[in-house]
Amino acid sequence: MIPPLLLAAVLGLMPPASVKASDAPNDQGQSIIVTWAAPEGESIPITGYRVLRSCTPDTGFTEVGLEPAATVEYADNEVTDGTRYWYVVEARSEADSARSAVVGPVVSRAQWFNTARVNILVVTAVICALFMYYLQRARKGAKMYVRKIAGLDAIDDALGRATEMGKPILFSFGLGYITDMVVIAALPLLRKIAKKSAEYSTRLIVPNSDPIVMTAAQETVKEAYTEMGRPDFYNPDNVTFLTSDQFGYAAGVDGIILREKPGAIFWLGCFYAESLIMAETGHSVGAIQLAGTTETTQLPFFVAACDYTMIGEEIYAASCYLRPEPVLMGTLKGEDFIRFWLIVLTTATVLLGTAGAVLSNQAPVLNQVFETVVRWATPAY
Amino acid sequence: MKRSVPLILVLATALMLIAAFFIPHKPFGNLESRFLNWYTIVSGFTFLLGLDSLTRHHLTRVFRRGQGWGYSLVLVLSLLATMGLGFYSWLDPQFKSPFASGAPFMWLYTYMIIPLQSTMFASLAFFIVSAAYRAFRIRNFAATLLLVAAVLVMIGNVPLGGSIWRSIGAVVHAVVPAADLVKFGRLEAFAAIKDWLMSIATASAMRGIGIGLALGGIAMSLRIILGIERTYMS
Repeated sequence: MIPPLLLAAVLGLMPPASVKASDAPNDQGQSIIVTWAAPEGESIPITGYRVLRSCTPDTGFTEVGLEPAATVEYADNEVTDGTRYWYVVEARSEADSARSAVVGPVVSRAQWFNTARVNILVVTAVICALFMYYLQRARKGAKMYVRKIAGLDAIDDALGRATEMGKPILFSFGLGYITDMVVIAALPLLRKIAKKSAEYSTRLIVPNSDPIVMTAAQETVKEAYTEMGRPDFYNPDNVTFLTSDQFGYAAGVDGIILREKPGAIFWLGCFYAESLIMAETGHSVGAIQLAGTTETTQLPFFVAACDYTMIGEEIYAASCYLRPEPVLMGTLKGEDFIRFWLIVLTTATVLLGTAGAVLSNQAPVLNQVFETVVRWATPAY
Repeated sequence: MKRSVPLILVLATALMLIAAFFIPHKPFGNLESRFLNWYTIVSGFTFLLGLDSLTRHHLTRVFRRGQGWGYSLVLVLSLLATMGLGFYSWLDPQFKSPFASGAPFMWLYTYMIIPLQSTMFASLAFFIVSAAYRAFRIRNFAATLLLVAAVLVMIGNVPLGGSIWRSIGAVVHAVVPAADLVKFGRLEAFAAIKDWLMSIATASAMRGIGIGLALGGIAMSLRIILGIERTYMS
């Protein structure tokens, strides 16, 4: 057998090896993946690869892609579904080039199901089934318990205190958009606070950073006032748009806090680097502050600056807590049940992985099972 | 009707988007990006609502000579000046776009907006100090734990941490010659402690909260999709 190095020296640049072309999996069509391997034992430095395509196997090959030497894959996203294509990959050096054999035909097609997401479908189906089960149980009248959430219990105290001090109330969604789940979860809280503010005749200020959220907030406050028989109490100047700029919003809210000196401040929504700037200003005017956000990086700041902070999913549970109807409570119960099983499964997987690592020689099957579980549980996007 | 139509729309949209996540084939494949494009277009127009709210609020204050009306006047004038410079930059044949390099609009953005944003962001340092002072005051066991962890992370993050560890090692070595902490000090013990705190202790707590948030999000979504949660519809 002739050694590859000798062959390369005699024949010049070697063509790419193992060239394959196939329809891109789990996509909406119009994509073909071409893969290849670097020429074996190539001594001449390769500068790159040229991918050529044709609708016939013999002629008409035109360049569709140019890839650097380190790359061995090309996604051709300019193909028509149902058309047959042939590919050639050309290795290039400074002075030479070598083409692979023609591969094909390949036809691109859109898939009807993303097989890489089977695991997500299974887990989602199980979670939804459990939620539905607890929903049905709740509908049949099963009693369900929800633990105390200090932050939600403190709403009435904060509003009462602001009223006693004759100071207004400030509510902020932060930089949240209406597409953010936490903003939707905060709207029932705004409704409750608006109702109380109407009852106590305490001014409620809601500065907004997004016009759609502003519109939702205006409607929520207006409806709450109407429900309490105080439509006259609504003033559009109290639920306004400030700016969508992050630090501009922080400066605007800080200005309102320093001028109006609210007795109670509610930070419920999406907050980023501006969270502490605003919460510390609120603290400096002596307001009682209640915060809730899903941004885990901002939670420590709120814990440090606010009197009460709703951590994690507590804000999502707010509507169930404020309106403890059996059907709403059923979803909370389902959530707890899934959390319990997640803890069990996580602990079991950790133990399996540890045992697999410790007993890798005596029982290699443990490691194999662990790797299968991890591979299956890792979502593909 | 006022309630059932929005609920049907929510249910239909949610089901279509869930299907789009698992079905790459048309018409589902690009549904999410299409819906997001619609949202972007709608939200672009809603900025007119924001502009209306802002100008109405401040113009009313200016005309009524309300408290702080001078600031409102500055805001309205700044708004008009920014818009004016934007249109000028767009119409000027030299620039043809407000975002062209050297255009007056970009000058305003680069030399006024960005410094103002940076100033506001910089003030965060002072707020962190005041918040940290209150959080780290030793009142109970949890606060003490927080203080110790914070000090270790801070020292572990700066090069001075290595020097401090070596100094401690030198003192210990002088008192107890058998203890060679200096040798251990070369391993940057504070940095190792910081890494452990950040990647094990903090990360596990953050992941726990993250899992809770994900489950809460799914439960909230189901409540909205099934029409159980309607409080967002005023």
